[in-house]
Amino acid sequence: MPTLVSHPDEVKVISRRFGMGAKDIEKYIELDGYKAVQQGIEQGPAWIVDTMKASGLRGRGGAGFPTGMKWSFVPKVSEKPKYVLVNGDESEPGTCKDHVIFLEDPHAVIEGTMIAGLAIGAKMGFIYLRGEYRYLLNIVEKAVAEAYAKGFLGKNIFGKEGVDFDIITQTGAGAYEVGEESALMESLEGKRGVPRIKPPFPAVVGLYGGPTVINNAETIANAPHILLMGGEAYAKLGTERNGGTRLFGISGHVNKPGVYELPMGYSLRDAIYKVAGGIPGGKALKAVVPGGASCPVLKADEIDVGLDFDQMAKAGTMLGSGGIVVLDETVSIVEFALRTIRFYQHESCGWCIPCREGTDWLKKTLTRFHAGGGNKKDIDNIQYLAENMMGRTFCPLGDAAAMPTLGFIKKFRGEFEEYLAGARVENPLIQITTIGETELAAH
Amino acid sequence: MAAVANSIFTPATAARFDKLATIYPLKRSALVPMLLYAQDEVGYVSDEVVAELAVRLDLLELDVRGVLSYYSMLRTVPAGKYNVQVCTNISCMLRGGFELLDHCKHKLGIGHKGVTADGLFSLEEVECIGACCWAPAVQVNYDFHENLTPAKMDAVLADYAAGKGKNEPPSPSIGSAAPEAK
Repeated sequence: MPTLVSHPDEVKVISRRFGMGAKDIEKYIELDGYKAVQQGIEQGPAWIVDTMKASGLRGRGGAGFPTGMKWSFVPKVSEKPKYVLVNGDESEPGTCKDHVIFLEDPHAVIEGTMIAGLAIGAKMGFIYLRGEYRYLLNIVEKAVAEAYAKGFLGKNIFGKEGVDFDIITQTGAGAYEVGEESALMESLEGKRGVPRIKPPFPAVVGLYGGPTVINNAETIANAPHILLMGGEAYAKLGTERNGGTRLFGISGHVNKPGVYELPMGYSLRDAIYKVAGGIPGGKALKAVVPGGASCPVLKADEIDVGLDFDQMAKAGTMLGSGGIVVLDETVSIVEFALRTIRFYQHESCGWCIPCREGTDWLKKTLTRFHAGGGNKKDIDNIQYLAENMMGRTFCPLGDAAAMPTLGFIKKFRGEFEEYLAGARVENPLIQITTIGETELAAH
Repeated sequence: MAAVANSIFTPATAARFDKLATIYPLKRSALVPMLLYAQDEVGYVSDEVVAELAVRLDLLELDVRGVLSYYSMLRTVPAGKYNVQVCTNISCMLRGGFELLDHCKHKLGIGHKGVTADGLFSLEEVECIGACCWAPAVQVNYDFHENLTPAKMDAVLADYAAGKGKNEPPSPSIGSAAPEAK
């Protein structure tokens, strides 16, 4: 079971009910649960969208698109039914924040889904969890059943004539790519999770061809809190154009790894050294992957930056999914780059050639390089390959593989050159013993 | 009335599948979860499973196989009773994920995707399972085990071998929370 952590610098909005037994509906109601959605029914869609816009909330899945604006793009009148889709296919390496939300506060996700439904005029929502999160699916299903039993879901919710909302919970079966919004819709329609070309965007043509709002689970779970506290109050917690707080999962070489809720714009240095307790054994910091595996790496001298979308972009990286992975001085970047690219090669869905072939060649080259068979041209070739994947695919997976690769090569080129000359770290992290798996030995 | 005569699934699962096929705006939407739930019961996605799901969802077997081959959790050969999935992705790697995988390989005497001779355990190196802050992490079937060391891993394996491992119910109350059929 994930251990809950806490630090005085935390500002608890979305994590306010963590550790308080709020997965039980009675407890959730006691802690102001299902008040926001009733307020939403009273005040109407325009009020909800305006409040969300005022909050400055930006998508917590990684792209950082303003949520209120996304909701406002959905056409008011549509021949086809509209849908709300909650993306709980959390798969970006370094990210485990939605895990904690589903575990500790599933009703906030349900209530947020209903609020999004009210805002866009949808009568059905889907909560899609990755297949590995079965125990969390059980928790969410139980919560949904409780909400039905109370009359909060179904027909005439909260006793309001003509206000209907249904939620279907759904599980994936193992695929990183399905975390991409259009691939998730394909999966939900019972197909291979390959991306769709955009436009049309989901707000116009989404699930089953209907206008669809798709939001990350954390984004959705923020909605009830924002309606209750007011958009401006939420916005004030963060920085300009980056409203509120967000969950940061700090992992890797830190003394107190965990999921912490920090205000947007909080210092990355403080997140590592104060909140997560610094690096074990008094070792020096080597690098930080600041927002999940797809974000370009930051070097030790680049961490005096605020954790919001704009400041991170200015620093040449991304806030991403809030998964901060900390590497101490003992880590070999060559090993780390290989493991990162192995992931993207495994997860590339194969739909777009630059991504399918690009990740494969990157993996092959890095595998050979790592094994000691590298040559001087490899370093340039890796960069060339990655540069040519950028922006040439239907979905961002190709970019997600190329961006960190470029970061490693550009910022740690010297280390690749030293590796080529024979330098090795004292304790390599990658150990591969092959037992009865000859066909996988090259893997 | 049951949607399929002579279902290969237990009556409870068959009844759940009957319902699952009715709750979505489009029947086919039930395919991915159904494949996983079927695997939970049968142990893998057998030819019989493919055939029955195709009938249930009005699909060609080819459609089912096309989807089946996409998702990494779905398998077409049996795994061990306890499928040990060791994450070696970045956060786990930094905290000993590869060491743990290697330890399991030696302990169980099998490699990646191998099954022990007694069929009790199988082993898999997996990609990120979403437990990065509690790394290194392992999933045994659907159960998470976190903050592991080789010694703790031994204890986890010993518990499963003795039938005392933690075990979430393999199949959730499928569709129980879903709206009534339309």
